[in-house]
Amino acid sequence: MRSTTGKTVFALIVAVIVTMSLFPFYYAVISSLKGGADLFKVEYWPSALTWENYREVFTVGSFPTNILNSIVVATGVVILSLFLSVTASYALARVSFKGKGLLLLTILSVSMFPQVAVLSGLFELLRYLGLFNRLPGLILANMVLTLPFTVWVLTTFMRDLPKEIEEAAVMDGAKPWTIVFKVFMPMMWPSLVTTGLLAFISAWNEFLFALTFTLTEDSRTVTVAISQISGSVMNQLPWGKIMAASVVVTIPLVALVLIFQRKIVAGLTAGAVKG
Amino acid sequence: MESAAVETGLRYTRMRRLRTRTAWLFLLPMLVVLAAVAGWPLIRTIWFGFTDAQLSDLAAAEFIGLANYLDWDDAGYFGLLADPDWWLSVWNTIRFAVVSVTAETVLGLAIAMALNVNFPGKGLLRTAILVPWAIPTIVSARMWNWMLNDQFGIINDILMKLGIISTGIPWTADPSYATWAVIMVDVWKTTPFMALLLLAGLQSLPTDCYESARVEGIKPINTFLYVTLPLMWPVIVVAVIFRLLDALRVFDLIYVLTAGSKATMSMSVYARQQLIDFQEVGYGSAASTLLFLTIGILMLVYLKLTRSKLGKD
Repeated sequence: MRSTTGKTVFALIVAVIVTMSLFPFYYAVISSLKGGADLFKVEYWPSALTWENYREVFTVGSFPTNILNSIVVATGVVILSLFLSVTASYALARVSFKGKGLLLLTILSVSMFPQVAVLSGLFELLRYLGLFNRLPGLILANMVLTLPFTVWVLTTFMRDLPKEIEEAAVMDGAKPWTIVFKVFMPMMWPSLVTTGLLAFISAWNEFLFALTFTLTEDSRTVTVAISQISGSVMNQLPWGKIMAASVVVTIPLVALVLIFQRKIVAGLTAGAVKG
Repeated sequence: MESAAVETGLRYTRMRRLRTRTAWLFLLPMLVVLAAVAGWPLIRTIWFGFTDAQLSDLAAAEFIGLANYLDWDDAGYFGLLADPDWWLSVWNTIRFAVVSVTAETVLGLAIAMALNVNFPGKGLLRTAILVPWAIPTIVSARMWNWMLNDQFGIINDILMKLGIISTGIPWTADPSYATWAVIMVDVWKTTPFMALLLLAGLQSLPTDCYESARVEGIKPINTFLYVTLPLMWPVIVVAVIFRLLDALRVFDLIYVLTAGSKATMSMSVYARQQLIDFQEVGYGSAASTLLFLTIGILMLVYLKLTRSKLGKD
């Protein structure tokens, strides 16, 4: 990096990586803003823009309902998995008891489960509970994906909280319930936000369960809806509409990730390597 | 004096016991949910693998032993282990996992090393690589589907303008290109994650080695080969296995990018097709069980490698 040529080459490589990262999304945005025949003319800079595709996405079909479904499922997943994992991670991080190591390993291994390995069993369970083709069923199914992860990350965060505070609370006669929700929770907001965001993202992006455990258009989530958009003519997909729907479900996510990027990176690496 | 000590000891033991009981009470809701959505369904899947279960009537499933895995009569062999389509999906999955994880590791390490030095525009680079990661897999599959379109796709347009090809290539439809299209999209999407994992590793390396390497006037390439790589090796191995575990269960990307193509079908896609599309829950569960075993073995290796860290506490 000392010579000028070295610097130029380095800058060039960085520019290529940045372009390659951003271009596909940029292209999706401009494709979504093109109407009719314009779409089938390859352009790097759009000549005429229209909101036609967006209007169609929001007025024809069930897409608004699908967005609402995704919001309900993802929010439900965040609340349920945070509640279950805050208490659990207190026990795992703060109390030493027999079999804890094995328990942690079991929880970690669930996060590696291939989703299809639980597909038929979950299908049977959800039908038995009467939750097939219903949003609570999807929230429950998503626990397989988020719960091991949220427990794991919150345990590593909670382990780092100072011991003295807990000891002082115990001296004052505080019950564990109070310690978790009155003493630790206020100190844990940053890690709860991170973990909650990651759980939200994973539920928002989930596809296989949503595809398998829903039947009707009205109960689909956005990922399934986007994968199922098809045209009236065979082999002629409405690409403008698909791109518009794609942009709509991606923008909130990209915004969240960019706003919270430092927190998210910290949470991700804690989940994967730190242990 | 003595009795006071005994009393303190007793109180301590009682408190400890109470604490342990509370701990299990706190763990209970999470464990119940996890057992219900992961443990029990997994047991059911393994059981279904030994039955002739059909999706329409799971209760009517009857035990048929290993027939879903391998069976024979005068006409020849049947079952998963005799099904060329299953073996094709195994091969597809392994090829996908090995090639894409290798590419992601090499590229990810390069980006991580770039992000580990200071240069103008570093913030932009870090933010930009997060975008592919933030886009849902289904959306990126659809986006690339459009970009790789044989007639109107921009990728073919670029390649034609550069004079590399003369007619549009049906990237996702042609079996000989589809595998590479899938790998390329996965590398595009997942390299950022790899880069961030490896960057966390790089930042935890001791700086004094680099200091002395610089003072000794050692060439950067040698510093990389003899200092960075050996120090980073444990981090790289853990990250690679972590990603391999993920890549072996690939479903979303392949299902949407190359819908229904046999040439790219992964083990997960194969299993789901049997389970849901063909309603063969028994046979599909057998396939799921084999995938679970494959990943399980790799997971044991992963846990063995990271356990030293877990045991501490």
